[in-house]
Amino acid sequence: MAADTGETPADGFGRVSRTKDVVFRLLALAATLIGIVSLAALLLNVAVDAVGWLDWQFLTNPPHPNPYEAGFLPALVGSIAIMLMIALVTFPLGVGAAVYLEEYANDGYLTRFIQLNIANLAGVPSVVYGLLGLGLFVGLFNIGYGNVLAAAFTIALLILPIVIISAQEAIRAVPDSQRQASYGMGATKWQTIRNVVLPRAMPGIMTGTILALGRAIGETAPLIMIAAPTTVFGLPNSFFSKVSAMPLQIYNWASYPQTEFQYGVVAAGVVTLLVVLLTINSIAIVIRNRYQQRT
Amino acid sequence: MSQPDFSHDGIRTARGTAFRYLFMLCALLSILTTVAIILTLLVDAVDFFAQVSLVDFLTGTRWSPTNEPIAFGVLPLISGTLVITIGSAMVALPIGLLTAIYLSEYASDRRRAYLKPALEVLAGVPTVVYGYFALVYVTPAIDAILPVDLSTFNALSASIMVGIMIIPMVSSISEDAMSAVPDSLRQASYGLGATKFTVSTSVVVPAALSGIFSSFILALSRAIGETMIVAIAAGQTPRMIDLTDPAGMFLDSIQPMTSAMVQIGTGDIVGQGPAYKSLFAVGLTLFVITFVMNLISELVASRYREVYR
Repeated sequence: MAADTGETPADGFGRVSRTKDVVFRLLALAATLIGIVSLAALLLNVAVDAVGWLDWQFLTNPPHPNPYEAGFLPALVGSIAIMLMIALVTFPLGVGAAVYLEEYANDGYLTRFIQLNIANLAGVPSVVYGLLGLGLFVGLFNIGYGNVLAAAFTIALLILPIVIISAQEAIRAVPDSQRQASYGMGATKWQTIRNVVLPRAMPGIMTGTILALGRAIGETAPLIMIAAPTTVFGLPNSFFSKVSAMPLQIYNWASYPQTEFQYGVVAAGVVTLLVVLLTINSIAIVIRNRYQQRT
Repeated sequence: MSQPDFSHDGIRTARGTAFRYLFMLCALLSILTTVAIILTLLVDAVDFFAQVSLVDFLTGTRWSPTNEPIAFGVLPLISGTLVITIGSAMVALPIGLLTAIYLSEYASDRRRAYLKPALEVLAGVPTVVYGYFALVYVTPAIDAILPVDLSTFNALSASIMVGIMIIPMVSSISEDAMSAVPDSLRQASYGLGATKFTVSTSVVVPAALSGIFSSFILALSRAIGETMIVAIAAGQTPRMIDLTDPAGMFLDSIQPMTSAMVQIGTGDIVGQGPAYKSLFAVGLTLFVITFVMNLISELVASRYREVYR
């Protein structure tokens, strides 16, 4: 910032305007709130619309062309089945990669390249991961179109970068003095990781993984790309069952022109999806808070 | 962080080495993923370009993969993506920047502690839900309020929703950059008698410019790749746009690249025809655009980190 001494002040420097300051402050506050308020208004709308539609019958019935008989059960169970599979795949892989990057890798070109690559993978559009799933799991490995396994593997690759990044942060937060203490007792590197670093970082890793699963449960585009059926009437009973998921069923219903679907059945589906998502995120927050109280 | 390993117990060392390679494999999987994405897209895109010329794809102004006369010009889809990007940028960039200034310069610690998670919620709502909101609430509301002729499927409500979704990307990264600006710069400005407004706009924002720029690129890259909102609410009309005619751009149905991919993906196209393969050509185009933007954002961001830390 160049100082213009003695000459006409540039950029309003030197001229104090209280009004401008107050107006700007209010403008900035309004900008901060506008997104939150809009979303709150939309959520209120959908909650009101779901009243009368979101009932036990909706949660336990299969989909039906008649809006009064339409249900969400196969999509709900499908989403949960896919999510559990994703957790089984991403947790070990994500933690493994994070342990390598934080505890073993030196700060060389390879490490920086892996790190940059992970950051970039987190920014690849989800629909592109869908094409990866289509080409790799459906095509090359021949797992089959739109079943539990193909869906889980595809979305697992999508959230893996997020899991790795959050696990790295959790591992980095473990104080170095604890590692030194472990080495001082004669422990090997692996013993230190297993007995000191991982137990200490586990709550943070769990929180990050669960939050990533919350993202996974809302993913739609990858499922469309691997040709998961938008509407399934039965529950999945094997890894190779064709499976739908909550967001996919909502996408399908949203295209129905009847008002009963647009402002009733879909609203109920949206509220169900958001409640499941909220539950997942609450679990993550509970784990984080319990951990914070202990230290 | 690597520590010298002082143990010379053979078995334990062997086990430690085994784990080291196992973990390394997990980390290398991420590189494998990138390679797999590029190969998957390339293999089928090359097949596609054997049937449709690359020049026709990149310069064609008509996209009609299934209806005669068949045409595979990608420009109408890029036009659609451009409309959504411009629209969501007009929503998210000013709002996100002002939010970042408020959080970094004005808000008290307590207020920031609940505003930041609340803003993150905006990015956590599933996109299919935003798409549904755009279609059944936002479009009718705009139609009722504004004296314009709005189509059921239009670019306007879709871009507003995409814009709201990417606000937290702009605000959180910009705020990080603003918080990294040394306090001495602010104090110097206050010492000259400047108000908070002047300090924010003439000192903090210029000093954090590379971080802000990086957040803008990242958010726009997210808007370009956004799929479900546009697939549900923006329509399926691939058309060239006229940048001098905003009404024509926003009030009618369009079709961005991602939405075209969903349309092919949900269609009953089977076999190995060019219509199916075009999915991968459009996917490759999308991947290249977003990849380059993310890389630029990363490079710009790493520059500001070096300046102040």
